Amino acid sequence: MATQHSRLAARVMISPAVILLLGWMLIPLCLTIYFSFLRYNLLMPGMEEFTGWTNYRYFLTDPAFFAAIANTLALVLGVLFITIVGGVLLALLLDQPMWGQGIVRILVIAPFFVMPTVSALVWKNMFMNPVNGLFAQLFKAVGLQPFDFLSQAPLMSIIGIVSWQWLPFATLILLTAIQSLDSEQLEAAEMDGAGPLSRFFYIILPHLGRAITVVILIQTIFLLSIFAEILVTTNGGPGTATTNLTYLVYVQSLLQFDVGGGSAGGVIAIILANIVAIFLMRMIGKNLDA
Amino acid sequence: MSRAVTPQRKFAVTLLAWAIGLLIFFPILWTIITSFKTEAEAIASPPSFLFFNWTTEAYEAVNQRSDYLKHFMNSVIISFGSTALGLLIAIPAAWSMAFVPGRRTKDVLMWMLSTKMLPPVGVLIPIYLIFRDTGLLDSRIGLVIVLTLINLPIIIWMLFTYFREIPGEILEAARMDGATLREEIVYILTPMAVPGIASTLLLNVILSWNEAFWTLNLTAAKAAPLTAFIASFSSPEGLFYAKLSAASTMAIAPILIIGWFSQKQLVRGLTFGAVK
Repeated sequence: MATQHSRLAARVMISPAVILLLGWMLIPLCLTIYFSFLRYNLLMPGMEEFTGWTNYRYFLTDPAFFAAIANTLALVLGVLFITIVGGVLLALLLDQPMWGQGIVRILVIAPFFVMPTVSALVWKNMFMNPVNGLFAQLFKAVGLQPFDFLSQAPLMSIIGIVSWQWLPFATLILLTAIQSLDSEQLEAAEMDGAGPLSRFFYIILPHLGRAITVVILIQTIFLLSIFAEILVTTNGGPGTATTNLTYLVYVQSLLQFDVGGGSAGGVIAIILANIVAIFLMRMIGKNLDA
Repeated sequence: MSRAVTPQRKFAVTLLAWAIGLLIFFPILWTIITSFKTEAEAIASPPSFLFFNWTTEAYEAVNQRSDYLKHFMNSVIISFGSTALGLLIAIPAAWSMAFVPGRRTKDVLMWMLSTKMLPPVGVLIPIYLIFRDTGLLDSRIGLVIVLTLINLPIIIWMLFTYFREIPGEILEAARMDGATLREEIVYILTPMAVPGIASTLLLNVILSWNEAFWTLNLTAAKAAPLTAFIASFSSPEGLFYAKLSAASTMAIAPILIIGWFSQKQLVRGLTFGAVK
């Protein structure tokens, strides 16, 4: 049905989307790269000058940069580990026959719909606050010293908060995948004497491979850019203990007004994200037929 | 699974699943409960769960702050505005890719997905400066533009996966029966496409409502949606638990309700059709 005429119409219909996305990607990208070679501070307008690689040298030798890379990695990998292991276990549980399955599903999925600033603040103030937080009260009730989560274990606390937000997503996708598994295959394996463990490792887990890939891909995209949770809980501190790359660039450019340095950081963030993206796109390309 | 299970096993599974479900839901439940307390009761030790004087004091206090409604409306306008604009651009694009696929359709789709991987912080500075110089900083229209563009790839992908499932044979049959192009669109394609468009719309309203990178960085007092308004509670104000809870409950309630209705579509939309 694709005639010359409809081909042309199709091209016209798709072009606004392509042009807008191209502009949205290329214009700011080129500007970021351009700024990254300038000495450009918003507090000194009109003083911009070309400085070559200085911004990069400065950014890459800043100890905060290595802290930020380490924190970004810890945050992404920590949350991925917790949500995938937790998500597989939870999906297996929710797949069992039970009473009130629909309601349990709703309870489990709910945190995903809570906006990041709300979940971060609720956890920070109402649970992790060392004086009035629920955890502190719980600790006191059993005779323990209250633990100040966000200053003693700041990164772990943020990993915990973010995992709570993303566990529902992983669970929901993995549950959908488990439910599409052919139950006859499982029954056949059971009749052949396969125990629950070997059924899990040889049938269920391979079946989940594609869904797990998708979960990793999508979560990584979002987790690399975690921002609001850090902003409202710790402001990147204490020191740089919870500063990830996104937050570091934000501090450099919008708080210290150093556009040049911040842009260099932005370019580095893009390069790192692209390394992950190429790897992941290859995985999704293999797993998906678009 | 249709295998028979013993009642004991079903009972144990039910108990465990409900316990875990309630545990995961508890922070939200606790926020809702606390929002009906007075400030004194909210920090009382030991905390009370149900047996306290239920009051809407905190809600009244939050609503009396003249700006709450404004931020709520900002959220509504920004999330629905960007979704509507996004659909307007994405429907023709997804349509043509689904019905007139060319050799490069797959590449175009993958490229669109790849734009989603550009970290927002990499383009924050130019966008911030452009917005500052064009007066778009702290304006609703500016946020509508940005959110439309960041969600456009997801909208297109999601619509594409829905449109692709509409069988082309139906169109051919209609054409053979003498339907004009207009009739084809009005009576056949539109009714079949509406469910897909509706769920795309819902998922995008959710994503835009909760978006918290651009909304925090590009707004101040005037155009700030609820994400940014709630963030202002991170100062000592947030230690007024009842008011924080009331503001939070009002901010998340609409999306919780929309979200529960669209959980099936959520899987499909966020996985780019890879898991159904």
